[in-house]
Amino acid sequence: MKLTGFVILLVLCGIASAEITLHTEKSLYRNIAVVEQDNVRCLRFTVKRRESRQTCIDTADSDNLVLPYTPMMFGGLMLNPAPKRVLLLGLGGGTIAGIFAQLFPDISIDAVEIDPAVVRVARDYFGFTDREGTRVYVRDGRVFTRRATRNDERYDYIIIDAFNGDYIPEHMMTREFLQECQELLTDDGVLVANTFSSSRLYNSESATYASVFGEFLNLRRRHGNRIVVAGKNGLPPGDWLRTNINRVDADLARFSIDLERILSLDRGSDWRPKARVLTDQYAPANLLRGASD
Amino acid sequence: MTPGLLFLLVFCGGFSIMSIELLGGRILAPYFGSSIYVWGSLITVFMLALSIGYLLGGRYSLRNPSLKRFGSLFLVSAAAVLPLLLAGNLLMDLVFEYVDDPRYGSLLASMVLFFVPTIALGMISPYAVRLLVEHKDQSGHIAGKLYFVSTIGSALGTLLTSFYLVLYFEVNQILVAIVTTLVLCGLVAVGAGRREPLFQ
Repeated sequence: MKLTGFVILLVLCGIASAEITLHTEKSLYRNIAVVEQDNVRCLRFTVKRRESRQTCIDTADSDNLVLPYTPMMFGGLMLNPAPKRVLLLGLGGGTIAGIFAQLFPDISIDAVEIDPAVVRVARDYFGFTDREGTRVYVRDGRVFTRRATRNDERYDYIIIDAFNGDYIPEHMMTREFLQECQELLTDDGVLVANTFSSSRLYNSESATYASVFGEFLNLRRRHGNRIVVAGKNGLPPGDWLRTNINRVDADLARFSIDLERILSLDRGSDWRPKARVLTDQYAPANLLRGASD
Repeated sequence: MTPGLLFLLVFCGGFSIMSIELLGGRILAPYFGSSIYVWGSLITVFMLALSIGYLLGGRYSLRNPSLKRFGSLFLVSAAAVLPLLLAGNLLMDLVFEYVDDPRYGSLLASMVLFFVPTIALGMISPYAVRLLVEHKDQSGHIAGKLYFVSTIGSALGTLLTSFYLVLYFEVNQILVAIVTTLVLCGLVAVGAGRREPLFQ
């Protein structure tokens, strides 16, 4: 009994361990907060709500990916196991860029972030470091992709990680935007997007991805984000994915990224087939997000 | 034409202005993003155009004021929205091609797309003051009522467009509805002007 009481006390202490706010800032677009608790440091865009964690790092072990969606963003390696040029739309704390740089030392990364304050915070608090081959562009993601298509740029791995909990940039969720991304992909290129998993928006967004890419990996855990993994020209066959998993598995183990498990999260097309596709003409993503399914 | 009908026309003008401004954010976003400066560009252009419209509308009312001319302001506004509707992407492509900086790009595109229609729409209210005022002691009262109706129209145009219209319709469908409304308003005023040239 005494021991049980002691354990309960310990657990309570653990729960109560105070969260320290390291930094707060009002940027042009949002309130930014950097908070830390039990070696977990997070970037938050809304101070009040816990669920708006954008990036978290383990200050004691940088290889430990704290947020469950982060490993899923590497699911694109199943389609393209050796990317050379990455486009990252939405920097956050820079975790994903950092892991890519460690996995593929010669990789070239273009990171686009609309908010200059986020770039500063990534550098000051999340260990995002400048390296040769990584370039940061402070601008709207859609402006970047449009310009890039004009300049005939090509990427073999595009990551869309631009949606936070509060307001969705609606022009980065339309068919036309995805078509620009598709144009920017090399023939064996892959697009990975961190998107929403509930409300009417889930149906419309899924229908929009399907209208551009056809079949894609629809990675969903029970709660939280949904990750889309789409190839430029649809999905390759299953053995191809498995071959690639075997090719990169050893390198990913360090970050505890288990591609086999990630592949098992594919739920196929489980959205309403008649959902309305989002276009530049029809893009009420924020309103749809508020509407229940 | 009754004063009530004239107020309704002014209301439609006010509604159209802000509905178009709200859609403007949507129209520019695929080219220039939705950064804070895109809204800065839009609001600047609308304010500038309205100020010029007020000036010109007042000036235009000095000579031979008539319902027919009042109606023509709506028809010109409707015509001025057409380039946005028919060639918006083409014009933005051009601006995007030549202006690299999205701040000046969005400012120039806003100018090209929204400046002329907003000037024309801005001319409506001061012209209506001229039509309604008979004695100078009521001029302030009438001007106040017209601002009230026009601005209530703007408030509703903002609210309905951002809360509901974009949820059900495409941007261009809403623009077509605005153009149609403006044409109808213009025809009503011109028609009424045939029977009674000056508002009585």
